Order: sequence, then C-alpha cells, then structure tokens
Amino acid sequence: MTLSVSDLTITRGGVPVLEGLSFKLTPGQALILRGPNGIGKTTLLRTLAGLQPALAGQIEGAEDQIAYASHSDGLKPTLTVVENLAFWASVFGTHDIQPALDAFALNDLSDRHAGNLSAGQKRRLGLARMLVTGRPIWMLDEPTVSLDKNAVQMFADAVRSHLGQGGSALIATHIDLGLDGEVLDVGPYKAKPQPIGDFDGGFL
Amino acid sequence: MAMSIAAKANALWEYANPRKFLATSERVLPFFWITSAVCIVVGLVWGFFFTPDDFRQGSTVKIIYLHVPSALMAINCWLMMLVTSLVWLVRRHHVSALAARAAAPIGIVMTLIALATGAIWGQPMWGTWWAWDPRLTSFLILFLFYLGYVALWEAIEDPDTAADLTSVLCLVGSVFAFLSRYAVNFWNQGLHQGASVMRAGAVTGTDTEEKVSNVFFYPLLTCIIGFVLLFIALVLYRTGTEIRARRVKALLARERLGA
Amino acid sequence: MIALLLRDLKLAFRAGGGFGLGLAFFLIVTVLVPFAVGPQSSLLSTIAPGILWLGALLACLLSLDRLLALDWEDGSLDLLATAPLPLEAVVSIKALAHWITTGLPLVLAAPFLGVLLNLPAPGFFWLVISLLLGTPAMSVIGTFGAALTVGLKRGGLLLSLLVLPLYVPTLIFGAEVARRGAVGMETQTPLLMLAGITMATIALLPFASAAVLRINLR
Repeated sequence: MTLSVSDLTITRGGVPVLEGLSFKLTPGQALILRGPNGIGKTTLLRTLAGLQPALAGQIEGAEDQIAYASHSDGLKPTLTVVENLAFWASVFGTHDIQPALDAFALNDLSDRHAGNLSAGQKRRLGLARMLVTGRPIWMLDEPTVSLDKNAVQMFADAVRSHLGQGGSALIATHIDLGLDGEVLDVGPYKAKPQPIGDFDGGFL
Repeated sequence: MAMSIAAKANALWEYANPRKFLATSERVLPFFWITSAVCIVVGLVWGFFFTPDDFRQGSTVKIIYLHVPSALMAINCWLMMLVTSLVWLVRRHHVSALAARAAAPIGIVMTLIALATGAIWGQPMWGTWWAWDPRLTSFLILFLFYLGYVALWEAIEDPDTAADLTSVLCLVGSVFAFLSRYAVNFWNQGLHQGASVMRAGAVTGTDTEEKVSNVFFYPLLTCIIGFVLLFIALVLYRTGTEIRARRVKALLARERLGA
Repeated sequence: MIALLLRDLKLAFRAGGGFGLGLAFFLIVTVLVPFAVGPQSSLLSTIAPGILWLGALLACLLSLDRLLALDWEDGSLDLLATAPLPLEAVVSIKALAHWITTGLPLVLAAPFLGVLLNLPAPGFFWLVISLLLGTPAMSVIGTFGAALTVGLKRGGLLLSLLVLPLYVPTLIFGAEVARRGAVGMETQTPLLMLAGITMATIALLPFASAAVLRINLR
C-alpha cells in the first residue's frame, strides 16, 4: 500500500505550519522526517494518522493502514506488559503478541506491571505495540527517546524486518538509526504568513 | 423564483465575511439603538403612568413591562444561539460562532432580569420571593445552561475548538432544556399563570379570566418590540467586539510566528 | 470492543483504579443526612427517595473526571482513535464500563442505605428499579460531559457545571418514581418517561460524545 501525499497544508491551532508538502511512501521504504523543533513534524504525523484534518491537499492510502506512535505510549501502569500488548492486539484484531515480545526482548518482563518498568523499557513496550497492530504503515514520533544504544539497535532491526515484509515507516527523529531510508526535510515547507486583509485573513 | 431565493440566500451568507459584517452592522447599529430606546421608554412610560391599575393585582402588575419582554428574550436568545451554532457547524462561518458567543451573556442578563422581576412580582402576589414553580424552575435551569455554555467558551483556548464544542453543547443542551421544561411541568403544576400575552382569548377578549386586556397589551407590545431591537443592537455590537478581539489575537499570533 | 470493556473493568478493579470511591461517597452522604435534618423517622422516610437519588447522582458525578481523562493523558485515546474501532463505540464502551463500575454498585447499595433512612417498605422495589433505569443515562450523559472537557487542565468543576443541568430530567423522573413508589402511588408515567430518556440518551448521545472527542483530539 503506497501512501501518497500531495500539496498538503497542515495547521496547528488554526495556523498553517507546513504547506505544499508532497511525497510518496512506497512499501519497503523508510522515510526519515527531519526539521527543527516546532516546525510541525508531530502535527504532520497526526494529520496523516487522521487525528486532525488537513487544511488543503490530498492524502491517499492512509485509511486504516497507519499505526501511529506518539510521544506517549498509551500504557496502563496497573496492567502487565502482556496485558497491555494483548489489549492493543485485540483492538486491532491480530491477537498474536509473541513476535512483538521477542522483537523488543520483553519476554523476561512479561508479567511486570507497566508502572514498574523503566522509561526505556516502557518505550520498548510502546514500540512493540506497533508490531501487534498488523498495520503496514508505521508513523513514529521520536521513537528513540530514552532508549539506550542496544534498544535503538533493537528498534532499527524491528523497522528493518517490517520493511522487509513489505511495510513502510515514516519516522520523525534527530538521531541516525542506521536505516537506509530517504530523508524528508520539512524545513523548506514552512508556511508563509498569509497576507492580511483577504477573506478570513483577519481570523487566520 | 428559485433563482431569486438562491440569490437572496447568497446575499445573506455575504455577511459571514467579518469585514462586510462590521461595515453593515456599524451602519445599522444607530437605527437599532435609537428605535429600541424610543420603544422601551415609550412603552415603560405608557405602561407605568397611563394604564389603570389591575383590579386584583393593583400597581404591582406594572412590572409586567419588564418581566415579560426579558423572559421572552431570554428564550429567544438561546434559540438564536442554537441557530448560529448550527450555521457554524454546517457552514463554518466564524461570524456565526462569534455571534453565539456574543449573545450568551445577553441571555444571562435577560434571564436574571426575568428571574429578579418575577421574584419582585411574586412577593406581593404569592407571598413569596421564590417558589419552585415550573416556569421559575425552568428559567433557573436555563440560567444554568447559559452559565455552562459561557464557562466552556472561557475555558478553551483554541477559538475553533471552543466554537465547535460550545456549538455541540448548545445543540445537546437545547434538547435537554426542552426535556427539562416538560419534566418540570410534570414535577410541579405551579402557581404561575400560563403565557397569556399572545393567547387568542387575550386578543379577542373572550377569555375574561386570564387575559392581558388591550389596555395593558399595547404598551407591553411596545416594550417587547423595544427589547427585541435592543437585543439585536447588543448582539450586533458585541459580535463586532468579538470579531475585533479575534483579529487582535490573530495579529499577535502572526507576529509571534514572524519573529 | 469486548477487549476495551474488559481492560476498563480490570483497570477499575485494580489498586488505584477508583472503584468503590463513588460507593463510599454515596454511603457518607446518606449517613450525614440525618445529622443535618434530624433523626425523626417520619421526616427521613419522606425525604429518603430524593436523598438516595441525589446521593447516587453526586456519587456518579464524582467519578466522571477519570472517565476519559486518564486515557487522554497517557495517549490511549489517540491510539484508540486510529484503531479500527469507531469512536462512537469507544465512548459507548467507556460509558458502559463506567456504569458497571459506578452505577451498578450504587443501585445495589441503595436498598441498604434506604434502611438507614427509614425508606417505607414498598419504596425499595421502586428505588432499585428507578436507579437501574436512571443510572445508565447518568453514565452516558457523563461521558458526553467528560468528552467535552477532556482537553482541559482543571476540567473537573466545569464538567460538573455542564453535566448537572443535563441530569435534571433524569433526576426529576427517577426521584419521582422512587417517591411515588414509596407512598404507594402509581408510578407508570414517570417510569416510562425515565425509561424513554435513558433509551434516547443511550441511542443518540454517543454520537455527540464521539464528535466532541474528535474535536478535542485534533
């Protein structure tokens, strides 16, 4: 499934932040999203995931294809690792969580409550959730925050094997993951302020 | 025919342009201010000094010239907010959402006037400032709805989100306000007389028991017209203020963005 | 859908899940009433249906804060919104879970608290029936309120302000059923109205809740 985005304009709080953005994400491809803080990377990912409407432009091939991982992982501290994963697996109708546990080395932690995990372990659990969704397009927002070198490697491996199975990934990150993906710098697409005085100009 | 209706409808939507709205409302506002002041002054003076006392209620009946118009406007204001909320949800015209926002405090004041004058009227008539009468109770509930609506507007920072959420609240609230009206009627039959101003019997004079006779009716009608005009003037004026406030906000946001 | 319901129930029953808070609040309110109005059993039995209904309503209100806020804070709502489940189903399930963990215990506890307030014998049946019919509406309406205020930092008080007027019809008809039942009057009319309101809110309000949740998520 190819995700194609053309001439997209996205807004944050009613103000356009990125405009005229076009790209394609084909199966097996990884796209690294770069740009300074506050440029709108998170907003872009949220828009693509369908959480907020775009102001203009087309998004094709996104419907029910995207697994989205935000800054927060949606983990419940009073549920165990397995329970957390199993819940998302059944919400997405996949039910098999073993590969996800294996990929992020969570087997030893499986009966621990998520609230007792370290930040890095939580992050691993959050990323393992991507595997149980069974969705082909991964959208990851700063996935490597609080991960150590080992875990970053683990994550990169998981992405690589996902790409190998025909999936694709759009990753907003500032570090080098060692993936041979293309880089999409959104800096040039920064929206220019609209001229004052047009129809809704007074409002933005 | 159909064409002309469509053209007229389009002409109405033109006022969704904030600039056009401001220009037009500034032109017509003096007319509304003056006519509403004239109507209210004439109606009140006429009602207070040139109508006889009621044979049962004495001079206390004269508070009707404030009570009935404010009560009518309290309800009509909510209806107006309902319509403008729907327009916002369907057509996304900012002016419409802002008009709803601008109208709410006016509705609160109207509700308070209706409640206060009702209490002042009720004391000599029923011997109590407050009774849990269906009409009084309904107005109290309406007041709570207004409070919640305004509080929600104030609580949310992003203007579009606030407009969306308050619009949905207004829609849902309308249904529940309507339900409450019936629930309250069922719950207590009450002291308050029925709405007797516009009843057929009142106009034809056949209903001798609870009519508002013509002597009282014409000054009352003048007051009602005055209140309607006043309401329109206030809404136009306040909507203009809201539009300017939004513009200032937008300009500040632009400045931050540019910096 | 079942998974979401089971998860919510599990979360509620585990330590710190807040299960029982509403129940404890209900108990305390009921116990405090005689201290405030005096111990005369005739007075207590007159006001018992109303007090019990009000106590249940307030206990319900108390727990609405957590209904969506926790899922909002930890990002679960974002993830649920991108899941195959429609948001209308999510809010319905949330309301159902809230009812099972808050409303149902209140219904079951009400007769025992009725004893404390000297509720007349015929009143027990009608109290339970009216609460059984009324509490689902309170959960569904509460979910709507929670969805409206979910993005706000201190939304708790605002939530109460928004939800209380919406509770008026349910409270009026529910308490009326209990009151009439306690004194042996016919209860059919308010009972049907109560049932009608509950059915209508369950059928329609989740669409509004999902709509405002979607707006809040953007």
